[in-house]
Amino acid sequence: MPLRIGVPQFPGSCDEVDALLAAGHVGDAELLWHRDRDLKGVDAIVVPGGFSYGDYLRAGAIAGLSPVMDAIAAFAKDGGPVLGICNGFQVLCAAGLLPGALLQNADRRFVLRQVELSVETTDTDWTSAAEPGQLLSIPAKHQSGRWWAPSELHAEIADQEQIVFRYAAGGNFNGSLDDVAGVCNEGRNVVGLMPHPEHAVDPLTGSTDGLVLFRSLLQGATNV
Amino acid sequence: MSEHPTLPAPRDLPAGAVPEGDAPGLENAKALGLTASEYDLVVQKLGREPVQVELAMFSLMWSEHCSYKHSKKLLGTLPTEGPAIVLGPGENAGAVDVGDGWTVAFKVESHNHPSAVEPFQGAATGVGGILRDIFALGARPIAVLDALRFGEVDTDEVDASGAPVGEPGDTAGTRRSKFLLDGAVRGIGHYGNSIGVPNIGGDVYFEGPYETNCLVNAMALGLVREERLIRSAATGVGNVVVLFGAATGADGIGGASVLASAELGEDDASKRPTVQVGDPFEESKLVECSLELLELDLLVSLQDLGAAGLTSAASEMASKGEVGLDLDVALVPRRMEGLQPFEVMVSESQERMLCVVTPDKVDEVIAITDKWDVHGTAIAVVTDTGSFRIFDGDALVGDMPIPALVDDCPLYDIYPEKPTESIYPAPPRRIADGLDAGAALLALLGSSNVADRRPLFEQYDSIVQSRTVRRPGQTDAAVLMVPGPASRFSVGGGDAAGAGHPAVAPEAGAAPTGAAGEPATGADGGTGDARDAAAAGKPISGVGVAIDGSGRRVAADPYVGTIWNVLECAANLACVGAEPLGLTNNLNFGNPEKPHIAWQLTEAVRGLGDACRAVGSPVVGGNVSLYNEGTTGPIYPTPVVGMVGKVPDVSVTAPVGFAADGDLVAIAGSFSPQLALSEIAKLEGGAIPDGLPAWDLERTAAAIAAVRDTVREGALSSCHDIAEGGLVTALAESVLAGGVGATIELSPFAQDDADGRASLFGEAPGGFVVSGPAEALATLAERTAVTVIGTVGGGTLGVRCGEQALELPLADLDAAHAALGRLFA
Amino acid sequence: MPHVRILIRPKAGILDPQGTAVEQALPQLGFEGVSNVRIGRLVELDAADATEVAAICDQLLANPLIEDYEIQVDGAALAS
Repeated sequence: MPLRIGVPQFPGSCDEVDALLAAGHVGDAELLWHRDRDLKGVDAIVVPGGFSYGDYLRAGAIAGLSPVMDAIAAFAKDGGPVLGICNGFQVLCAAGLLPGALLQNADRRFVLRQVELSVETTDTDWTSAAEPGQLLSIPAKHQSGRWWAPSELHAEIADQEQIVFRYAAGGNFNGSLDDVAGVCNEGRNVVGLMPHPEHAVDPLTGSTDGLVLFRSLLQGATNV
Repeated sequence: MSEHPTLPAPRDLPAGAVPEGDAPGLENAKALGLTASEYDLVVQKLGREPVQVELAMFSLMWSEHCSYKHSKKLLGTLPTEGPAIVLGPGENAGAVDVGDGWTVAFKVESHNHPSAVEPFQGAATGVGGILRDIFALGARPIAVLDALRFGEVDTDEVDASGAPVGEPGDTAGTRRSKFLLDGAVRGIGHYGNSIGVPNIGGDVYFEGPYETNCLVNAMALGLVREERLIRSAATGVGNVVVLFGAATGADGIGGASVLASAELGEDDASKRPTVQVGDPFEESKLVECSLELLELDLLVSLQDLGAAGLTSAASEMASKGEVGLDLDVALVPRRMEGLQPFEVMVSESQERMLCVVTPDKVDEVIAITDKWDVHGTAIAVVTDTGSFRIFDGDALVGDMPIPALVDDCPLYDIYPEKPTESIYPAPPRRIADGLDAGAALLALLGSSNVADRRPLFEQYDSIVQSRTVRRPGQTDAAVLMVPGPASRFSVGGGDAAGAGHPAVAPEAGAAPTGAAGEPATGADGGTGDARDAAAAGKPISGVGVAIDGSGRRVAADPYVGTIWNVLECAANLACVGAEPLGLTNNLNFGNPEKPHIAWQLTEAVRGLGDACRAVGSPVVGGNVSLYNEGTTGPIYPTPVVGMVGKVPDVSVTAPVGFAADGDLVAIAGSFSPQLALSEIAKLEGGAIPDGLPAWDLERTAAAIAAVRDTVREGALSSCHDIAEGGLVTALAESVLAGGVGATIELSPFAQDDADGRASLFGEAPGGFVVSGPAEALATLAERTAVTVIGTVGGGTLGVRCGEQALELPLADLDAAHAALGRLFA
Repeated sequence: MPHVRILIRPKAGILDPQGTAVEQALPQLGFEGVSNVRIGRLVELDAADATEVAAICDQLLANPLIEDYEIQVDGAALAS
């Protein structure tokens, strides 16, 4: 049985097709509707980028309350692998599944830039196929990607090695605390990051460095 | 499902029934922009004076914006037919065949006056409007490009010796231009980024005449199976018209006629309340809903609401179907209380669509609109009366023959007359006379028309939808995979792309570890998408897209300058191996009732037609924006052209940047540069010349085709069109994009160019800087003129030509080139 | 029905780029001596039960991690 990966679509999602396409490199990809609680028995979830519900109020805030996110929270609690990309990261933070918050970029502008990410830990469901310290060339594109957490929380997740990705030296364009580009939960099955690994899966469109996140799923699957 | 009990039905009216209310009369008609003779014609068509709703609707439909009354005759001279044309002018957008049953729909449109008043919302709603034109055809929007024109943002002025003139720093004019630029860029980014359509390119120029009348032209592309293209004609008496999307408010009431036909004066702030506000979130739901309705085959026709709102959308649907409509404004969902019937009819509230549905499908259509939270409401019914009858509940408030509204606006001749002297002042001088070549190059690279565009395009998402093979700045034209693998997952592709959202099978050999045993399968096959093509070893096809339109050269010579713009667009396409399929244009001009503007417009359209025929790119549609005049006079005449070309193999395109040490550098093509009108002449305060030398159009077009053919063979390491700033600027751009230097030596080749300056800094169409191994250049030389001028390598750009010599490290070039960053700090 | 105004602002110490931008622009316009500019948002609503508003803020309108809020019912501040 191939791996089955679900991608929830909210009104205002933009990168769901890109996520489906990337997931299709390692398994069968399936769209999930925001009003449904049914995750169709998928093995993993990718919460895609975009501007769910227009990002009105705060990025990710309203999507975090949708029925599909209820189901995803339960799935995550049971140890199911969940990846949040960009707006998906914001949604997972807003829903309390990941630590910290994503604030407006320090220069207030939307920026698209190819960035280098360093893999800070391979002990997660989404980085197990990577090498520790591996540099990934992946595009980032967002207006509210400045990760922030109060100092106690920051110290705690740093201590627990929950910082999964950092912007490589000089690449922190949005002003994130401690150069953090991605974090995971305590269970290490839920990972979120601002840059877009699903946009780095094809040499024609720039880079294949993002595939390693999706391949990590396969590694997890074979270990089970 | 049985007929809905409450659907709008054709009304029975007693013979001779006339609409309620008084006639506002001639003076009000004039205030709304109608002339006395136009008003008389309306009276004649109706057999009585128009009542309020009718007058409001006629004033919009007979405005320049809707009727093209000063340009329609000219536009009829443009070539509109070609082998790739699927849909020519007349529908919401044109469309070309890109192979395997797929078509690309595209169109450019202006939102100049709204942007000059409120740049953020004006530009944002400009993007929203052009996207609606695309998905109104049933096409999924796959890209946006934009052409922007603002006043000067460079500041300090000098005299011929280089001594400062006047106060240094910003003036009221440069401050306004920066404000407009910042607002327009944020607005375009806000709308396009939020809706998930990549912004893949564009151009921007800064010239004095745009200071109080900036130009914001947006172009969009959409992808659709040919059999899925839907027209806008309302047909089938008894069919129901459903409005869906945003509720109607007071946005832009009178906007189309008042804003688009009056020259902007100092008091433009007072026009602020009529500006429309865009909501990209609403539009993204509208896209998905519209495409799902089409996927389920629920619609007879579809139309977007743009300028002139319901009035224009509904009457044009009825006109194309040769039917009548009974519309009840009381059924139109409102965002605010107290709107009059005429206000509902002319409101320009954004993010609304209109569709015609057979009665048995209305419930299903409304259920789909509810799924996407863009709730549909049946507001009108198709009739056999040939009249557009407007009701407010039971009251008849308007009754107009559809042809009178749509077709009977008088068309006007314009009276061209070439001015005896240039109507544009010389630009302010920025550099001293006779700067050495190195200093002149650095000044050019740092000038706003030449500096790196990255600070702008970084604010746009150029990669969403996973079709973008070449991002802005990498190549002279953007390259998209079409249909691209993403089409498999997108509603709107039709059956061949797989209805709904089918899963794909794991790709062959995707994972070196852990994925063993996953067989490679071709999924559902036959879609012509990248995965299948790659699996079959076939090249992945796509399109190249560019948009161009310098106004300064058109100001110098409307005929030759317009040809130049088209050639530049074709040259940009050639760099990615794209052969033109079709072209869309936006003619931005001043007041055509003035003889010199009429002359510019007439000559430009003549040039556009000749150039389109020469490069084999018919016109699929476009837009005309007239009366672009600010407080200091007319804008530069600015015909913006957007061209789409076929790329047989998207993996074979030539980048701007030099790639390999030891590659030879050459000038290729048919290139006869001159200094008059060049960017260096502008920096030296040079007046706009009266006329440009003509060149052999056929030969230049052939040179462009030769470069394209050679790029397609994959032998060239780089290819870059020589444009603003001339040869030396193109060399610097290739050096910077590639991150590697070059050593160049050549003899002056421009006419009357003893010192080499015109060869290095002069401008003309048809020239390319190419690099590659000797064999590649030899192949190109069999097809067009090639002069080898140097080699790639090192960390500096060194150039010698006649008396000109420069040697500059990459870091210095880069620092100068990054000048635009300060505008967005 | 009580009319409720909710003032939401970034917590002290969190970089507020909008506030910083405004603060930097003011001297250019000749307004000297302005500091600590913070930009938040105002939510107005009519609530049948004003005592629920704090919960609404915690769960949706504000992110307690990064934002403070202040509730005013019919013009009077409500201790939160």
